[in-house]
Parts: sequence; structure tokens; C-alpha cells
Amino acid sequence: MQRYSGFGLVKHALSHHENWQRQWRNPTPKKQYDVIIVGGGGHGLATAYYLAKEFGVKNVAVIEKGWLGGGNTARNTTIVRSNYLWDEAAALYEHSMKLWEGLSQDINYNVMFSQRGVLNLGHTLQDMRDIQRRVNANRLNGIDGEVLDAKGVQALVPIMDCSKSARYPVLGASWQPRAGVARHDAVAWGFARAADAHGVDILQQTEVTGFKIRDGQIYGVHTNRGDIEAKTVGCVTAGNSGVMAGMAGIKLPLESHPLQALVSEPLKPVLDTVVMSNHVHGYISQSDKGDLVIGAGIDGYNGYGQRGSYPTVEHTLQAIVEMFPIFSRVRMNRQWGGIVDTCPDACPILSKTRVKGLYFNCGWGTGGFKATPGSGHVFAASLAKGEMHSIAAPFSIDRFHTGALVDEHGAAGVAH
Amino acid sequence: MFYIHCPYCGELREEEEFHPKGQAHLARPADPMACTDEEWGDYLFFRDNPRGIHHELWLHAVGCRKFFNITRHTVSYDILETYMMGEQPSFTAEHPQGNSPEAALRQAQVAQQAGVHA
Repeated sequence: MQRYSGFGLVKHALSHHENWQRQWRNPTPKKQYDVIIVGGGGHGLATAYYLAKEFGVKNVAVIEKGWLGGGNTARNTTIVRSNYLWDEAAALYEHSMKLWEGLSQDINYNVMFSQRGVLNLGHTLQDMRDIQRRVNANRLNGIDGEVLDAKGVQALVPIMDCSKSARYPVLGASWQPRAGVARHDAVAWGFARAADAHGVDILQQTEVTGFKIRDGQIYGVHTNRGDIEAKTVGCVTAGNSGVMAGMAGIKLPLESHPLQALVSEPLKPVLDTVVMSNHVHGYISQSDKGDLVIGAGIDGYNGYGQRGSYPTVEHTLQAIVEMFPIFSRVRMNRQWGGIVDTCPDACPILSKTRVKGLYFNCGWGTGGFKATPGSGHVFAASLAKGEMHSIAAPFSIDRFHTGALVDEHGAAGVAH
Repeated sequence: MFYIHCPYCGELREEEEFHPKGQAHLARPADPMACTDEEWGDYLFFRDNPRGIHHELWLHAVGCRKFFNITRHTVSYDILETYMMGEQPSFTAEHPQGNSPEAALRQAQVAQQAGVHA
């Protein structure tokens, strides 16, 4: 892999930028690998990267039916934060946050991680009590957080309507300064390039059509480009996880829903942080390009259509205009939907299954992007050692039968 | 935007009058105390999540406020039928063209649903 650097940029300028190396190869599938990752999104590519780099498993294939990062990795609102309530979830997301902080250097790819802070607004007394509880829990877990009052919020975001005459007046917020945004495409491409440099085979336009299972042990997958063998298979397929699990005869407690987001036309810099509100139900940030990136809740019904309904868009924009009357005449540029796999307790599933050697990393629902490096890291550790990593262990699928749920609806609720 | 035929009102109404309430035909175990953890967890948390025909419970929230069922395709979002509580679906994954005498009638009811694609 040619390293990217300022010097390299100058060098390639001399040849009119015509000789840049391809970011990753396009290999033909081998007959056999040590580990197969199904799904070439952020989490899958991160898993492959950490497997090769940290855990010495270099004979790895990532199998993707479409193109890299073409699913939810490209369809989220790029928010990264770790202010979760419960110890188990806080450990997982904070592990990820720490990896984010050094990620661009680590994979030699600018993921444009910008720690511009995230505000979670409170509009009712109960909101504020919940915020205080969550911030206190965060601090006990070593995660930065502050409780702000309405004045503090107004000082951070002068354009927001924090007046008492608002329909749902802002009473305060939780504030995580280390949180922020990152460029989602760069995350997928950066991990793909770095994994490829460690010898990982990235197989695009290769669809897994079935699992090869004998005596309760997995030994490969069927694909549209022939059978590929591996004794360890990690399935990281987000909205399609239920379908994949069905191929292995397993049922998951997931429901796939469309989740929409939209961006406006590019504006001059006007909003330099991320604002989320569970109560009026919307979240917004401004990208480096200048467009407002807006999202909200899922459509209530199951769907795989990668498009959302108009009423949801309407409710989202009502919430944004309620908070930011200044945006009432901003025109929206694009709108899209991704398919999120929601879990009953709003926490992911990182788990072994009753098929030996088949692992699932799914159920991230509406908030998987922020966890990309951490999820990849602990999942890679689990695949390499055959035992779930201590941070991943509480997210076993068994919790839906033992009752040891990690209820993060409060912290995950709307604010993804 | 869905345009949904409520089987109780007998009218086509806009999606915003309704709330989806998840998978239809879930039977609560007759004797919950006799369930194993496995059975009770399955009842509480595990749902069908098909890529295709799905039977769902909906509520006509700002209409007649009654629950009813919809058979819907989760990729095309086509509504195949709506039917009352206690009735069985005519369109299923095994019989996507319909398999009961009511199938044609129900299809006619929902065939008027212009713009069912979200």
C-alpha cells in the first residue's frame, strides 16, 4: 500500500495525479479462507482489518453482495458519541470512541473525525432528570459529559430557539464534548484499503446464498461465484441479518425497519455542533460541505425497501423547524432510507450461535455507525479466539431468554 | 404513503390515521407460568422478519380505534389484503396469489389503494 502523505500529494502532482495506486484489489475468490466476513459495510470491514492487523488472522475474505459501504454505512447521519447509560453499553461505545480518536492515523486515511460535541436536549422535567442520571452514569464510567441549562445551550448554539415561548421550551441538555461526526464513506473505504493492505480479500458483487453446515459446525458458504470454505464465519449484515440467520435455521429477535435521513442544500457555516432532541424527535448537524444533515425516527412498520414514508419526513422537519426557526426556508436536497435491524432492548447482538463457528454481529438498529471501529475490534477478537471478548459478552443472543437485557432505549431512543 | 382500507370502517384512509403494531397472530401462551425461559423469551422478543409477505397488526388510531390485520409485502410495500381480527389471511408466503374464497373480494377492496408505494 502506498501511504498517503503531504509529500505523496506533491509527488503525484508532478504526474498529474494519474498514477495513484488503486485503494484495494479486486481478487478472484480463493477456495478456502480462515475466516469469512459476510457483509462489506463499516462493521464488516473493520472486523476484517482488526483480524489481520491485531489478531494475526490474515487469510480473511469479506463477501459483499453489492459494493463497499453501500448500505447503512452510506445512509446514516454520521454521528459519533458514547454517552450511554448502562455499564455494558457504555464500555462498548467508549471503546469505540477511543479507537475513533486515533483512527485516521491508524488506517492512514482521513475519516474527517470532528469532535464538535453532541447536545441531547431536555424539554421536560423528566427529560432533565434522565439527563442528570445519564451524565452521572457516564462520568462514573470515565466518559465526558456535562449537564447544561438553557443558557448554556443558547451560548453553544445561538441560532436555536431556547426562548420560553417555544412550544416545547429547551430546559437544558447533556453535552458530550468528545462526541462529533465522521465522514461515513471514508470510514468504509479507509478500513477496506487498510484491510486489503494486510492481505484481506474483498469480494464485491458476491452474494452469499447459503451456509454449508455439517453436524452443527459451519464449514463454508455458497455464493453466486461458487462455494468458499471457512471454519469461522462472521455475519455482519445489518438489516438483512434476519434473512441470513434464516439460511442457517436460526431466528433472531430483530425487526428490519426503514430509517430515513435527508440533507439540505449547502449553506455557509451556521451550526458547529450536533443537536439532538428525543422529545421533539429530530437531530441535526452541518457537514463540512455545508449541508444540514437531518434524521429522526424509523418508520413503524417492517420494510426492506430502502425508502421511507412521507409522514416521517414531515414529522422530522417539523421538529427541526421547531428547534431552528431560522431553517424554515432551507430547501432539502436529497432524502434516502436505510434498513436498520432493531433489537427489543435497543442494544446490538454480538454473539455465537448454536451453529459452531457461525457468529453474528447485528441488531445495531438506528445507532451502529458510531460503534464501527469498536464493534469491529471486539468482534475480530472474538472470531480470532473463539470466545466472545469481555466487552462483547453481555450482548449475547442468550439474553433474550435469560432476561439480562441491556435497556438502552433512553440513550438510544431517537438520538442516534 | 399508504392508502389503507380499514375492514371495520369499510373505507380507504391515509396512512397517518393508522399505527403499525407489529406482527399479527401472536398467541399469548395459555399458561405463562408453565413456560420455559426459552418459550417465554420466544413469545416476548422473537418476531418474524421476512423479506416478502408479512402479516401485521395495525390500529386505526384516529378512526374507529379498532385493531385489524394487514398482509403486506415488505420489499414492494404492496398491501395485499386487510382483514378483521379473528380472521385468517388469504395471501400467505405459501400462497402469494391467495387461497381462500375471500381472496378475490379482499383484493378488490384494496386494489383501489392508489399509491401504496411509500
